[in-house]
Parts: sequence; structure tokens; C-alpha cells
Amino acid sequence: MNTFADSLTTALHLVVSFDAALWVVVGRSLAVSASACLIAGWLGLWLGAWLGTARFRGREVVLTLLNTWLAVPSVVVGLVVYLLLSRTGPLGSLGWLFSFKAMVLAQAILVLPVVTALVRQVVTDAERQHGEQLASLGARPLLRSLLLAWDERYTLLTVGITAFGRAISEVGAVMIVGGNIDGFTRVMTTAIALETSKGDLPLALGLGLVLLAVMLVLNALVSLLRRWRERGTPLSSPTDVGAGWAA
Amino acid sequence: MSPLFELVNASVMLGRVQALQAVNLRIHAGERVALVGANGSGKSSLLRLLNGLVSPSEGASVVPPVRAQAMLFQRPHLLRTSARNNVALGLWLAGWRWRDAQAQAVLALQRTGLADLALRQGRELSGGQQQRLALARAWARQPQALLLDEPTASLDPHAKREVEALIAEFAASGAAQPMTLVFASHNLGQVKRLASRVVYLERGRVLADVPVASFFDDAQLLRISPQAHSFVRSESA
Repeated sequence: MNTFADSLTTALHLVVSFDAALWVVVGRSLAVSASACLIAGWLGLWLGAWLGTARFRGREVVLTLLNTWLAVPSVVVGLVVYLLLSRTGPLGSLGWLFSFKAMVLAQAILVLPVVTALVRQVVTDAERQHGEQLASLGARPLLRSLLLAWDERYTLLTVGITAFGRAISEVGAVMIVGGNIDGFTRVMTTAIALETSKGDLPLALGLGLVLLAVMLVLNALVSLLRRWRERGTPLSSPTDVGAGWAA
Repeated sequence: MSPLFELVNASVMLGRVQALQAVNLRIHAGERVALVGANGSGKSSLLRLLNGLVSPSEGASVVPPVRAQAMLFQRPHLLRTSARNNVALGLWLAGWRWRDAQAQAVLALQRTGLADLALRQGRELSGGQQQRLALARAWARQPQALLLDEPTASLDPHAKREVEALIAEFAASGAAQPMTLVFASHNLGQVKRLASRVVYLERGRVLADVPVASFFDDAQLLRISPQAHSFVRSESA
């Protein structure tokens, strides 16, 4: 059995030598998680922004459910999506099970509550401090919350990173709905689990290193972007607001 | 002539706190009304009621639409964008096209002496500059009424004088007639300089509503409202 140091050396060699088997899995992982985060980010932004300012009967129940959803294990999400997409399930006719789309769907469902809850918190805090002034300018609740979300765009970038981290690091949901099929639905986390069980530690460790590096690079990018933007580049029109929201 | 603002027995509850109690108030176009009183007397709540930010829990209020008024807060909230865009955004929210809003924003910044800072981030400006920017945002909308909640309370003396001069200038520059001005202030000198009428509040009630000359006339004020008289004495001491 390889020692940790041997595995690490081989893993680094695999990474820097652009080993095809490794980088295909990495690319697929990034594609699945990025797609899931884009979908969940868009939906979560609107939902969170709305929940941040809306006052309605049953809001507390919705917030409690949302917070509960945050803690749902990824295998449970995987199981539910599996049941939905299985041949006898309500979405079985789509034929998505054990596909890229199924993994995107499962991860989107997994990170949607993360984005929604964090955006809601950011907007609620901003609304408490500044909502009244925007209201006095004539901004109605939904527009106000979207403006506040845009104003807090750098914080929301961190929300995006958090969501991406949750998506790319989960293993249960993609394993169940993707099936870990080599060359088709194998992603970094499922590959790490499989290669570890097979005893191929260098490949598993290599994938783990790439996973860490991806998060490191993303965090560094957000930090740089924040510094650059805070130095001042004025937006040119209200439609630019949307550009900030996508993050 | 019908008043611009009219409150009839208006009460406001903020949570469990009775912020205003049975307030009757009529403010006509062009008036300059100062709201004075100790902290917690209801000045800010009254301004929010006039601005339509809160509704009366009892009684009735008739106020101009939000687009016809502008409100300044003690600490202005500026969005993370340029000074020009902060002003333009206020106009955009009032229904202006973005391009027109930006052109009007440039004019407003010129009026407030901030033209050179148009592309600077609003939040990077000094406290006085930020309040002038908020004034520019208010003036750009050409409102019928300007509501101000202790607009100079957090400023240094120099910035205070600058902002106060701008308020006086704007109040006198309404399109058809002088702008209606309603402001809350602890600064009696400022009240004397800017107001034509003073409303004194205590524990959410209006205890005096008098012309500014009467408010600063010791004997008259004592006769009208001993509480207001006592407040002026304590503030002047």
C-alpha cells in the first residue's frame, strides 16, 4: 500500500502532467456544479430577495421549512430526485436518470435553499438598515429587495462561492442519480469514493487536490474582484444590476 | 386652498409603541414647518407618516404621492455606485428614463457643487458631501415637498452650514411656488433660520403649532404651551 507521501507525489504528477482521466472528471464536475449553481443562484436570488422584504401570513412557516431544507442530507435529495426521475416516477418520461441533467437537477435542489436562505438574510439586514430610504424614493418591496441585493453584490458573491462549494463537494446525490458511470457521469467526488475503495489513492488524492485548488482559486478571484470593484467602477445603467445578480 | 398634507386625528403604532396620538395637522404648499421636541417625541414618526412610509393606525392622512415628495434622513443611504448614478437611480425609481435621469443628475450635482465628484463612489464621499448628494437626489426629482429628518445632526459645523444653505436655496426654488419644507430639528438656531412655523411634539402629541415668531417669543409661548416653553428654555440653556 502506498504511503501518504508516495500517493501525494503521484497525485501531484497526475495533476501537472494533465492526466486525461483526471481532467475529464474535473471538467465534468465543474460543468455539473456550475450549471446547478447558475440555476439555483437565479431562482434563489429571486426567492431570497422576495422573502427578505415580503410580509405575509405563514412567512415564519416558510422560513422554518427553508432552514430545515438547508440541513437535508445530500443522499436524501439524491433519493428524492431518483424517485422523481425513475421510470415509474412523475418525471420518468424525461429519461434523465443517470445523466448529466439528473446530476445538475439534484445539485440545484441541494444548493437552492443555501442561496435562498443566505440571500434572504443579506436582504433582510440591508432592508432593516436602508429599506426605508429606498421606499421613500418610491421603490416597491420586490424592486427594493433586488436593489438591496445588488447593493450587497460582493456579499452575494460569497454566497455564490458557498453554494458552489456545497455543490461540488457533495457525493451522495450525484452518486445516486448519476450512477458514477465512467466517462459519462463520473465526477470528482464519486471518483474519489470509488478510487479510494479500489485502493488507487494517488488518483483519489489528485482529485482531492484539484477540488481544493478550485475552491482556492474561486475565493481568490472573489477577493480580487471585490477589491477592484470597491475601488470604483460606476455602473452604466440599471440593467447592469442584473450582471451583479448572476453572481 | 386645500392643504398639501392633512392629518385628522392620526395615530401611529410602531409595534407596541404609540408613536403618534391623535395628531391634527394641515400643511399648505410653500410652508416651512419645523418639528421640534425631545428624542422620542414623535418627530421622525410624523415625517414618516407624511412621507407615506407608515400608515395611521387610527384617524386619516392625506399626503401627496411619493413621487411628489422627497425625504432626507439623518444618515443618507447611498448605493454602491457613482454619485451620478445614485441621483439618477432616485429619478429612475420615480419613472424617469435612465438617459434623462442621468442628464438631470448631472444638473443636480452641479447645483449642489458636487459636479467634480460625479463619478466617485457615493459611499466614498465625506459625511457632508453624502448629505449634499442626498439633497441633490431629492432636488433632482423637483418635489412639491421636501421632508428632512434632522439632516444636519451628524455633520460638522462647516458641513452643517453648507447643507443648511442648500436646503434654504432649494426650498426657495420650487418650479411654480416655493417648495414645502417640513423638517425635524434639535437645533433651534436652524429652526429660526429655516422655518416659518413650528410644531412642538411631546410623547406623540402636538402640544403647540405656532408661527416661528411666536415660538421664540418667551411670553407668547409660555401662554400657548408651558411644555414647549420649558423645552425651549432647556435647549437654549
